[in-house]
Amino acid sequence: MSSLRDLAVIAVAVWGLMPGKAAAQTFGYGRAATPAEIAAWDIDVRPDGTGLPPGGSTAKMGEDLYIVRCASCHGDFGQGEGRWPPLAGGKDNLTDDRPVKTVGSYWPYAPVLFDYIRRTMPFGAGLSLSDDQAYALTAYVLFLNDLVGEDAVIDRATLHKIEMPNRGNFNRVDGQEPDVTGIHCMTSCRAGPVRIHSDASKR
Amino acid sequence: MTGRDNDRRKFLKLGAAAAGGAMLPGASRGTEADGTPEWTRRMGKGVGSAPYGAPSKFESDVVRRAVPWLTASPESSVSFTPLHALHGIITPNGLAFERHHAGYPDIDPDRHRLMIHGMVDRNLVFTMDDIVRFPSESRIYFVECVANGGMEWRGAQMNGVQFTHGMIMCAEWTGVRLSTLLSEVGVKPGARWILAEGADNAIMNRSVPIEKAFDDALVVYAQNGEMLRPEQGYPLRLLVPGYEGNMNIKWLRRLELGDRPWFTREETARYTDLLPDGKARQFSWLHDAKSVITFPCPERGLKDKGRYEISGLAWTGRGRIDRVDVSADGGVNWRRARLTPPVLSKCLTRFNIDWTWDGGPALLQSRAVDETGYVQPSMAQLRAARGVNSVYHNNSIQTWRVAPSGKAFNVQLT
Ligand code: HEC
Repeated sequence: MSSLRDLAVIAVAVWGLMPGKAAAQTFGYGRAATPAEIAAWDIDVRPDGTGLPPGGSTAKMGEDLYIVRCASCHGDFGQGEGRWPPLAGGKDNLTDDRPVKTVGSYWPYAPVLFDYIRRTMPFGAGLSLSDDQAYALTAYVLFLNDLVGEDAVIDRATLHKIEMPNRGNFNRVDGQEPDVTGIHCMTSCRAGPVRIHSDASKR
Repeated sequence: MTGRDNDRRKFLKLGAAAAGGAMLPGASRGTEADGTPEWTRRMGKGVGSAPYGAPSKFESDVVRRAVPWLTASPESSVSFTPLHALHGIITPNGLAFERHHAGYPDIDPDRHRLMIHGMVDRNLVFTMDDIVRFPSESRIYFVECVANGGMEWRGAQMNGVQFTHGMIMCAEWTGVRLSTLLSEVGVKPGARWILAEGADNAIMNRSVPIEKAFDDALVVYAQNGEMLRPEQGYPLRLLVPGYEGNMNIKWLRRLELGDRPWFTREETARYTDLLPDGKARQFSWLHDAKSVITFPCPERGLKDKGRYEISGLAWTGRGRIDRVDVSADGGVNWRRARLTPPVLSKCLTRFNIDWTWDGGPALLQSRAVDETGYVQPSMAQLRAARGVNSVYHNNSIQTWRVAPSGKAFNVQLT
């Protein structure tokens, strides 16, 4: 009986020493995160709206703010100034030769737009918008893409219900099988003549 | 010193002065004329002249470079590793490519915190002191921006390996296994995904599958023996070997466990691969096998005809490189290159092969095969499958056109 228990103790000790099995062990480092600390950093918002804060606003309410804080880069109509990214346009053009990927043409989830704007816009001043401001600007960017009316109230109850046109066009591959594989061949591998498609020195 | 000694010394000095031209002649050796340069004839710099140390001033053009027209601002931009000037497989820290989305912060490690919470038994906050107390591990892995080669989809554009392939680095990373940290907080059943988030102003967030955490993911604080550089995530960064660079969240401040992915902006609006039919590949994290010849290349041409050693790099997110073949005729005929040890998993692998240049035009290519049997595809194959608008995951075979002048140019073949 006691020898069995000894054996178990030895087994645990050896187990603890085994490399790779350290994962089963805890060290007691770190301290408990307080609810306030978690609330301050846990601001992510999911496609179904989980994580959206209270409050809400409309595109109409967001217009002036957009002009002041966003339009210098993204343009009055979301068309993008210079090389800054556009936020609107490109409707139904993803199969074109030069598609324009915007909130309207490409983004699948409206709540994630709120997450992104509140988190990191205006560029270089992330986290400077209040929740209501972030709602108003989310509404305004959606409005620029003809996805909501100017008076539609955007809040935690409505945002995830907005139908984003490109929602169904993402295929998850989860890092699995490669889609394109080369051919392994050592001699006389090309059927036709070798032709230059493009030359960087001739641009 | 006695008076007598002093006198004696004076006498010796006077004697020398009086002797004048009769002074013993200096060496006639060690002159510029006999091929001895000034650095051999003079005292060098003392220790401590460069407390951190820096490369020779003659290497001053070996630097990261950016492409000004590529992005609207340097704060959300990229600089490229000068692959043509590097040897072996390790990227020096000062030359490792940069990619930031809101500039890079200068974080005080004493004030930095990592919070792990969500579907866990204990929501915990760790200081850097806590993190370095955990059992540490050092591993060599590459990190590649998934947009590496992204400018080449429509045709050969950037005339230099620094710009076609330079969004890659390979380093020895030191840190804690992510699984060790997860054991510390206790993962609740049903937790399948981890949201990793940075402490920069982009507050970059990406979803990582939990399998990766229990496979080989690390939370690292050191790169090549020293603490991470600020531009590489100082003081803490996630490392998910073989996965696209963007997921290796820098300035790591938060890990949240959850049951589903978050579908953040960086895994929906960006870092998804748009195909010709309007559909987009999503969560295409893994880097498939890829290789490139780093000598010769547009930055480093050939001088005279004769024998050379072609050198290059190969890598794969799926494990080890199995072989690399090299062609000098645009992919008609191939020869197997030598893999120069070490050949490590999810790591750059150096390859070399002898080649005699006859002085005529040549089309140099390399093609990697990884341990899964995956073969690096041609650009034409990739374009046929993915069109020209997918931006990311260009792992095509690179072609350098060597002209009779010895110069090399970036070209693509049909
Ligand atoms: C100084 C220029 C600048 C200002 C001002 C600015 N942005 Fe941006 N915005 C950017 C840049 C740059 C990006 C891309 C950042 C990146 O991906 O690294 C961006 C990206 C975005 C995106 C994502 C676009 C996409 O399709 O992925 C949205 C949405 C956005 N900004 C909204 C806003 C809003 C709302 C404001 C005003 C509060 C704002 N921006 C102010 C520069 C700016």
